[in-house]
Amino acid sequence: MVAVDGVMYSAWLFMAALGLTLIYGVMKIVNVTHGSFYALGAYAGASFTGAWLARGYPPMLSYAVLFAAALVITLAFAPLIERGILRFMYAKDEVVILLITYALFLILEDTIKLIWGVDPYFVAEPYALLGSFELAGLSYPTYNLILVGLALAMGGALAWLRHGTRVGKLLLAVIHDPEVSRAMGINVGKYYLVTFTFGSMLAALAGSFTAPTVSVVPGLGVEVIVLSFAVVVIGGLGSLPGAALGAVIVGLVRSFSVHYMPQVELFVIYFVMAMVLAFRPRGLFSLAEPRKI
Amino acid sequence: MRRDRTPEVIGVIFLVVALSGPWLPQWAMFILTIAFARGLVALGLMLLLRAGLVSFGQALYYCLGAYAAGALGKFIGVGDIFVQMLAGAAVAALVACVLGFLLARYRGIFFGLLSLALSMILYGLLVKNEALGSTDGFNILPSTLFGIRPAADWVRYCVVVAAAFAGLAAALLVHRYLNTPLGRLAPAIKDNEIRVEYMGASARSAIHVKYVIAAVLAGVGGALAATNVGHIDPEMAYWTTSGEFIFITILAGTGNVIAPFAGALIFGVIHTLAYDLSPNTWQMSLGAALLALIVFLPNGLWSLFARRKAA
Amino acid sequence: MHPLKKLAVCGLVAAVPAAAIAQDSVKIGFVTFLSGPAAAPFGVPAKNAVEFVVEELNAGKGPAPYNRKGYGGAGIETLIIDEAGSTTTQVTEFRNLVQRHQVDLVIGYVSSGNCLAIAPVAEELKKLTDFFDCGTPRIFEDASYKYVFRTSPTATMDSVGAALYVKDLRPKLKAIAGINQNYAWGQDSWGDFEAAMKVLAPQVEVKTSQMPKLFAGQYNAEISALLSANADVIHSSFWDGDLEALILQGGPRGLMKKSITILTTGETAMHKLGAQIPDGTVLGARGPFGPFAPNNRYNQWFLKGFQAKFKGDQPNYASYQMAQAILGVKLAWEKAQEANGGKKPTNEQVCAALENMTYEGPGGTVRLANGIGHQAVMETVYGQTRYADGKLSIVNVKRYPADKVNPPQGMKAADWIKSGFKK
Repeated sequence: MVAVDGVMYSAWLFMAALGLTLIYGVMKIVNVTHGSFYALGAYAGASFTGAWLARGYPPMLSYAVLFAAALVITLAFAPLIERGILRFMYAKDEVVILLITYALFLILEDTIKLIWGVDPYFVAEPYALLGSFELAGLSYPTYNLILVGLALAMGGALAWLRHGTRVGKLLLAVIHDPEVSRAMGINVGKYYLVTFTFGSMLAALAGSFTAPTVSVVPGLGVEVIVLSFAVVVIGGLGSLPGAALGAVIVGLVRSFSVHYMPQVELFVIYFVMAMVLAFRPRGLFSLAEPRKI
Repeated sequence: MRRDRTPEVIGVIFLVVALSGPWLPQWAMFILTIAFARGLVALGLMLLLRAGLVSFGQALYYCLGAYAAGALGKFIGVGDIFVQMLAGAAVAALVACVLGFLLARYRGIFFGLLSLALSMILYGLLVKNEALGSTDGFNILPSTLFGIRPAADWVRYCVVVAAAFAGLAAALLVHRYLNTPLGRLAPAIKDNEIRVEYMGASARSAIHVKYVIAAVLAGVGGALAATNVGHIDPEMAYWTTSGEFIFITILAGTGNVIAPFAGALIFGVIHTLAYDLSPNTWQMSLGAALLALIVFLPNGLWSLFARRKAA
Repeated sequence: MHPLKKLAVCGLVAAVPAAAIAQDSVKIGFVTFLSGPAAAPFGVPAKNAVEFVVEELNAGKGPAPYNRKGYGGAGIETLIIDEAGSTTTQVTEFRNLVQRHQVDLVIGYVSSGNCLAIAPVAEELKKLTDFFDCGTPRIFEDASYKYVFRTSPTATMDSVGAALYVKDLRPKLKAIAGINQNYAWGQDSWGDFEAAMKVLAPQVEVKTSQMPKLFAGQYNAEISALLSANADVIHSSFWDGDLEALILQGGPRGLMKKSITILTTGETAMHKLGAQIPDGTVLGARGPFGPFAPNNRYNQWFLKGFQAKFKGDQPNYASYQMAQAILGVKLAWEKAQEANGGKKPTNEQVCAALENMTYEGPGGTVRLANGIGHQAVMETVYGQTRYADGKLSIVNVKRYPADKVNPPQGMKAADWIKSGFKK
């Protein structure tokens, strides 16, 4: 039972953290707006799907609506942010860029409030539609399996993109040395734009598909930021398998503590993070980075 | 070469605060005191920033300092401002000494994230602790100055003078420290650590020392803030509190020891104005203001000042 | 002087509104959540209550004895501040309200942490402050105040009432479990409930107490743990998004069917989530509010008017608490004004009038009996949900009188429960 809960939670964590590690890996920026896109995806998913169902369209297609909602909302905001503000800031110190994304996060929080108000949104139909299944005497909603499936799909897609396509190989060059890549004729700016949009979309997808299971409220993004950070740091910033491993570790540890030691649940994740960092300073799967002498 | 006028400016500021204090409205004194408290933490951050390190977890020591001050009142019944600050400094120094052994090995973003993790662990521990009130925290004893409890109207004034004294004394001390060989090592470490080691200095112990100093400053700041606000709660260790400090530091720039205090004051004013003028969208106002400051004043507010002086 | 500092101080001074305080208006500062997760269940409903009640009072349309215009004939001017942010921010803003904006009194605060921090500051600034919602009993247990009041009962009442209700519902219950948010509110709620149960049913066993992080949002693991605990009763003080997530995630998995689930602040979810709440779930409204409010003329005025003004929106318990706060202070203000020969009363005079006062509001009788006349006690009510014909109704309603669920004057809540509810 611990394992089942752990796996489901890990899947959710993985989906949530993937975009963050991607953006850091390619652009070397710690993107605090990650939380905002998660929230945007959740709100968009909830309101679009709510409207879809209210009009009486087939509920089975609501999953497609969730997907589409995430896509649309990301395309509305991410390119704007990247082209409009971030593009001019890449030369700055990474901490300054972090602060810029933090300022943007604050702005987006209130933007969400202006668009959707403070009332909670929920759209439970996609969650309830698939019914539930029994495992070890307890009933679990089948929807959670979709989340697991989605997480695997996202990871798989990203891995394929990275290693299987030409774009992925060029991306590797951009990651290692943007300057030389530029010199070689790769349009680094375009790669950054696409990466930022794609990474944000992953966050929005996570948010959108989580929406049917929770009540979407303001402040949804804040919790996700810290959790995603912890997962990504444990796995190694910028590493895909790292994010997966990190998610699994955190998910299982949390599930374990919930069942057997509820009182430490609050900070166990930071404890794990500190422990990992203490022994593997760059995370579990970190890329070797050369140091200039 | 321009003579360094910083100590004189510090002295003047203290005199101005002390003399004009009684005429300032109470709410202004309150904001000023909080600015000094935050400025202290930012001063420590500035020290670390000069060495190329950003700590996302200064809130750890800020919170420890506050709880130390509060515990003094709650368990021993002492409410003296200076004793509280000393307690805050002592507790912070102790913890930083120990943690510094671990943290001094890290650089860059990992230093930041590890410090963040540590502060969140403290947060979790405090929230679990029902004896200390969990998330509700507890109130701190009203302040006494050298054992005397000032009359109700004069409390704010005494606190602000104490805060100014602590803040500016710290600024002066840090300023002197920065002119010592160990202090001057900071930009060198930021630039190229291997060369520093090659030349015989230990980067790690220098960073350890700076870390402890920054912690002590944050501890004193925390004690000061706690005594001013009158209430302590675990949120002082939350990452958003650390975020505020980092903002102030980057806002102020690393040019001068006075900068963090100016930055803290401006931050406090912007924060209050945002609440006042746009209660429904203060986050957006805050974010926009800070974004504008970063974009247009990349070297912090001090660059405005420094430019004028250079001319 | 340092130029930047000079600029800043000038700016601060210039920002002080140079408004002459009109002699014929009463300025009230309201503090409630306008942003963040607490805005939807508490902050905005409370703000709506402020708008409605003040509008009605200023037009003299309140039900007697609240039918005098505004406060004692002077129009009410409202100034609403967001309660979000750290306690440092809240204390700063409170001081600004009192010293810069020079409000006559302050009504507000949902967060117990803020209440604890603000109380001594209100005392220091000698400004009448009425806490309308925050739950911790510590405020008047830790200290006594002259200027600080709370016109709503504490959270102790919720937990004790919950224990009494489930004991009435299932007298032979053997095992309890809980899921509460891991911060002061959740810890205290569970603590009080557990202690009360131990007194009412000493043989009861605590199977598990889940304490997930505030705003965790994902409770699958906790729900699994609760399902396998096989408890008779599950207690939860969850609110807003967490409450709704619990209902949305727990309902389909049969949590509420397996155990009697009592949601002490459940009333805030019933309007939005009506269809999703499984039948038999026990809901509380932190007192006789919302669906449990008596059918007196104050409630008729409040309910109808609120729904009319906000287009069918229902007032929840936060709205009720805010309404009764405004009305209670109004009564005291006018009493003090009478005694002052019709002139605007001082804060001290209003405080003296408000102490130990008993009055009627949309939620029924409010008696300021504890905290040496500064803390209100009321009865508490619980009921079970039943969804039929597209509407959610509450059945099996039980009321518990004030002195059964609130500690007597001078006794700490925790001690009172442990002593077996000594009168």
